[in-house]
Amino acid sequence: MDLNKRYTPQTWPDHPETATMEGKNKFVGFWLLLAAETVTFASLFATYLALKDKGPSGMEFAAADLFELPLVFAMTMILLTSSLTSVYAMYHMKNHNFKAMQAWLMVTVLLGATFLGLEIYEFNHYVHLGFGYTHSAFSAAFYTLVGTHGAHVLFGLSWFIALMLRNAKRGLNTYNAPKFYLVALYWHFIDVVWVFIFTVVYLMGVIG
Amino acid sequence: MSSIAQKQGFGAMIWDYLTTVDHKKIAHLYLTSGGLFFLIGGIEAMLIRIQLMKAGNDFLSAGTYNEVLTMHGTTMIFLAAMPILLAFMNAVMPLQIGARDVAFPFLNSLGFWLFFFGGIFLNLSWFMGGAPDAGWTNYASLALASEGHGIDFYTLGLTISGFGTLISGINFLVTIINMRAPGMTYMRMPLFTWTTFVASALILLAFPPLTIGLFFMVFDRMFGANFFDVANGGNTIIWEHLFWIFGHPEVYILILPAFGIFSEIFAIFSRKRLFGYTALVFATILIGFYGFMVWAHHMFTVGLGATANAVFALATMIIAVPTGVKIFNWLLTIWGGSIKFTTPMIYAIAFIPSFVAGGVTGVMQAIAPLDYQLHDSYFIVAHFHYVIVGGVVLAIFAATHLYWPKMFGTMLSEKLGKITFWFFFIGFHLTFFIQHFLGLMGMPRRVYTFGADQGWDLFNAISSVGALFMAIGVIVLLINVVITTVKNERVGNDPWEDGRTLEWAIPSPPPFYNFAQTPLVRGLDTYWIEKMEGNKEGMLYAEPLEEIHMPNGSIIPVIMSFGLFVASFGALYFLDGDKSWPLPVLILGLLITFGSMLLRSLKDDLGFHISKEELIEDAKGGKMDGSK
Amino acid sequence: MIKGLKKWRLFALMTALVVFLAGCGREEISTLIPAGEVAQDQFNLLILSSIVMAFVILVVTIIYVLAIVKFRRSKVGEDLIPEQVEGSAKLEFLWTSIPIVLLLILAVPTVYSTFDLADVSTMDVQAEDGEGMTHLTVNVTAKLYWWEFEYPEQGIVTAQELVVPTGERVYFNLISADVKHSFWIPSIGGKLDANPENVNTFYLTFDQKSSELEDGVFYGKCAELCGPSHALMDFKVKTLEREEFDTWVAAMQEEATPAEGALAQEGEQLFGADGAGCIACHAVSGSGKGGVMQGPNVATFGDRNRVAGFMEHNEENLKKWISDPQQYKPGNLMPDPKSLNDGKDFTEQELDALAAYLMSLSVEE
Repeated sequence: MDLNKRYTPQTWPDHPETATMEGKNKFVGFWLLLAAETVTFASLFATYLALKDKGPSGMEFAAADLFELPLVFAMTMILLTSSLTSVYAMYHMKNHNFKAMQAWLMVTVLLGATFLGLEIYEFNHYVHLGFGYTHSAFSAAFYTLVGTHGAHVLFGLSWFIALMLRNAKRGLNTYNAPKFYLVALYWHFIDVVWVFIFTVVYLMGVIG
Repeated sequence: MSSIAQKQGFGAMIWDYLTTVDHKKIAHLYLTSGGLFFLIGGIEAMLIRIQLMKAGNDFLSAGTYNEVLTMHGTTMIFLAAMPILLAFMNAVMPLQIGARDVAFPFLNSLGFWLFFFGGIFLNLSWFMGGAPDAGWTNYASLALASEGHGIDFYTLGLTISGFGTLISGINFLVTIINMRAPGMTYMRMPLFTWTTFVASALILLAFPPLTIGLFFMVFDRMFGANFFDVANGGNTIIWEHLFWIFGHPEVYILILPAFGIFSEIFAIFSRKRLFGYTALVFATILIGFYGFMVWAHHMFTVGLGATANAVFALATMIIAVPTGVKIFNWLLTIWGGSIKFTTPMIYAIAFIPSFVAGGVTGVMQAIAPLDYQLHDSYFIVAHFHYVIVGGVVLAIFAATHLYWPKMFGTMLSEKLGKITFWFFFIGFHLTFFIQHFLGLMGMPRRVYTFGADQGWDLFNAISSVGALFMAIGVIVLLINVVITTVKNERVGNDPWEDGRTLEWAIPSPPPFYNFAQTPLVRGLDTYWIEKMEGNKEGMLYAEPLEEIHMPNGSIIPVIMSFGLFVASFGALYFLDGDKSWPLPVLILGLLITFGSMLLRSLKDDLGFHISKEELIEDAKGGKMDGSK
Repeated sequence: MIKGLKKWRLFALMTALVVFLAGCGREEISTLIPAGEVAQDQFNLLILSSIVMAFVILVVTIIYVLAIVKFRRSKVGEDLIPEQVEGSAKLEFLWTSIPIVLLLILAVPTVYSTFDLADVSTMDVQAEDGEGMTHLTVNVTAKLYWWEFEYPEQGIVTAQELVVPTGERVYFNLISADVKHSFWIPSIGGKLDANPENVNTFYLTFDQKSSELEDGVFYGKCAELCGPSHALMDFKVKTLEREEFDTWVAAMQEEATPAEGALAQEGEQLFGADGAGCIACHAVSGSGKGGVMQGPNVATFGDRNRVAGFMEHNEENLKKWISDPQQYKPGNLMPDPKSLNDGKDFTEQELDALAAYLMSLSVEE
């Protein structure tokens, strides 16, 4: 593959992410990886539901009065918005508009970082209430489920940043387009998982 | 490239294998290390049978026995059977579909090295304070109560090697989806490719629950979480569910490729197309599919309730139907054929009654109320050895003989192969048939000793003698390998003479770029079609001879895996609290891994090209023996 | 030559016969010699499924043998290219539907029996006159390498030897006090796990008096790997007729009588709080509740069939066991004798005394 080949919006392929064999393989492989990730999170969700509100006898914490919806709602909105901004970035990637893509990715990263900050704040808050990781089966299941998601967010952010920095000087080509595409796909997946966390852990926890 | 440096030094060869991303060399690595672990697991099996050869034996202490039985199971499943099957998948599947290599050569190498370092880590437990001792199922309450670091070696070792397997699974799936040669439709794929495909899909969906279960175990044991601590609200049954949601598909991950290998063998050595190819393919898919819905039949005695037990009993019985379809199709493949009793073929012939015996006892155990008696007794030990040894291990031995020429360019001795077969086959039935009765006579599994007053002496003694026969068989196989390697008589493309699929249309061993021109596939058993039509060139090709793009080798997979290996030691000793070095070691290990990962992603690796002239040179000189 | 062959055949036949006869195992523990309704049901399922499976094996074997005999290359000729048959929809249908029919034959009794064996609805039914339960309930607690049996309605506790009446349903509530175990009396019925987190309930029926057995007891086992001494986590089952059982219960409910004889009295002293303090963990009275004491109740020690669940029942073994429990049952929770006896091993005299005392503990006449 020729890295020095210069594309213009006219010569840029319609689907740059699958324009090469490597791109096609990455595309299929990544969807398969997401299938495995789905099973991973399904296992975590099942465990969380089994251990929800379970702890030493006389435990003072229950999902119904522990979680605070306003903060979590704000987090949800921020992450959903970041998913939207990554869609904009991909739109510009397909149009071979590198600058606009980088700009929207920057917005996405900032939103993601805000989300992560709020999550750390939230965890910190619970820990100060005495609801630490080793407190009970409930706390272990909660922190592991939500924390695994948080780790995915962190990994996604690092991936975004690494790609943006690495390619800042050389622009788009069919070698790095699949990479940008995949990290955006990953970001959507993280977002979908969060929607489930918001519903199952927080909404059903407080209301159900 | 291939025309230079025919002879290389030992060091260069080691370096070549460390950095290779060639699926055929990775197959050698899988076969060698899987074979090594198979020998270790076999020694452990012999220790078990020595201990149980008479009542009240004190050859092994109670604690050591539990370590040996745990490591025997874990090693055989995770470090021997699966990697050896992955070796054949790597060696053969890309050739069968006419691919240049697998989809992600780099990840292929990474998958191997993760498995390898995970396996080494697990086995180092023997020298570092004791091996895991809670059984290969590692049930949570016992695992949490286990002292020392044995269980931590188990969880961390399997996590690392599990990642390796998952990566391989994804790799094979993408390879089969994207890289089939022109004309190779799904319904023209050889059955071994099909079973690789379904087994890889099972790997993809079954390993994550295991990984999650292992994480819970790590968190509980090292970081004070309470997933399985009943006093703090935990629940040990969660482990059993997660383990068996993985564990049941796992047995199909093992047996489906075995089915694929036998399907190839039956067709080749009956000189006949597989009977009911379509039915065999759909039976494979169905078995894979049902494999995910029957896990609770391992838990009939846990107390899940009558409804759950009845549902899972019925679901389990259904699996017998597609399996039966396969057996009958194989029989009809032989029927009307021209059977040549080569070593691979006698393994395949022996497989049918052995596996049917294991299969029917499986159906018996699906009968939940009957399973209350059979579960955790020696009956189940007999059952799963019948399917795993009678199915998977026979397939591995058969494939070793069948594909040895394709992998190494020389034939294993047929005579020694048959000696191995008879020792192993007789020993196998002698060891395990009688164990059905031991179970029915009330002998629980995983007992390190038994009293003379239980009436089990004679059968245990017979069983131990059988194990000795199996060991002799394996030793003869090793001798065979050594002799064959020393003799090194080269063979041509199709050493069995009746090859039907694409891998027999290429030199043995194939050049490192596989087919110089991608072949054109005109039907099922495409090489056979060309042979029957008298095609002198061997194959039709889909493209003119052009320069070939190849990936560069890389040492990064070894370094990445080594990083996790180092980090695991840090994690293992971290919570002892009395040492200062574990934390820096943990961080160092993770830095190595993530650092090399970052390096890999930042450094462009565009591969290299083999020019047309070199290819022509290669073809003329006949120097297509895979050496770079 | 022919004579030698005949001899060989006779020998082979004899060997096969011996193996076959030994194949049923001992009546105290073999599932092939059922001594209870549950085991009988399960045995019937075993026979039914074995017949069905033997049929499958027979069909496969016939096709298989015919195929490999008829179609050897040496027979059909070296150069034959067989007809490349694609398959047959009819045959596929045949060998899909016949197994389904066979499985249906197995499925019906499977489902019926699964629900039947799990039916514990009569467990808490009161007798018509309101006096107590109609059925016996035993609470079983599995502990690291021993079993505690509590009879809640009778207010008695015993360990290691389960005593039950014959000819009626006995309900069991199983739980584990530490790691997972599994409760199995092979000749009486299948196993059920003792989990640490929940109580599992099932029933068994004991149809044969254990006194008719060669060893006088049925053998029970732990069937789930639970640590180093999993293999030694045995218990024994005595089955008595109802009147005998009631007598046994009454005897258990009485207060323990003081030891008789000088040696036994010395042992009682040593066993007690002023001696080595064994009594802190081992109750000597049969009346009480389960789950209170750390160690097994020894009220029926003299009546038992085995020492520590698996060693022959004599004073010799008992003394060995007391002087070094870890050697005989590794990983068990009995304290090191030295820690109980001011840092010294028990002397021979002390061991004799303890053994005499323990062997004198009996509720049977």
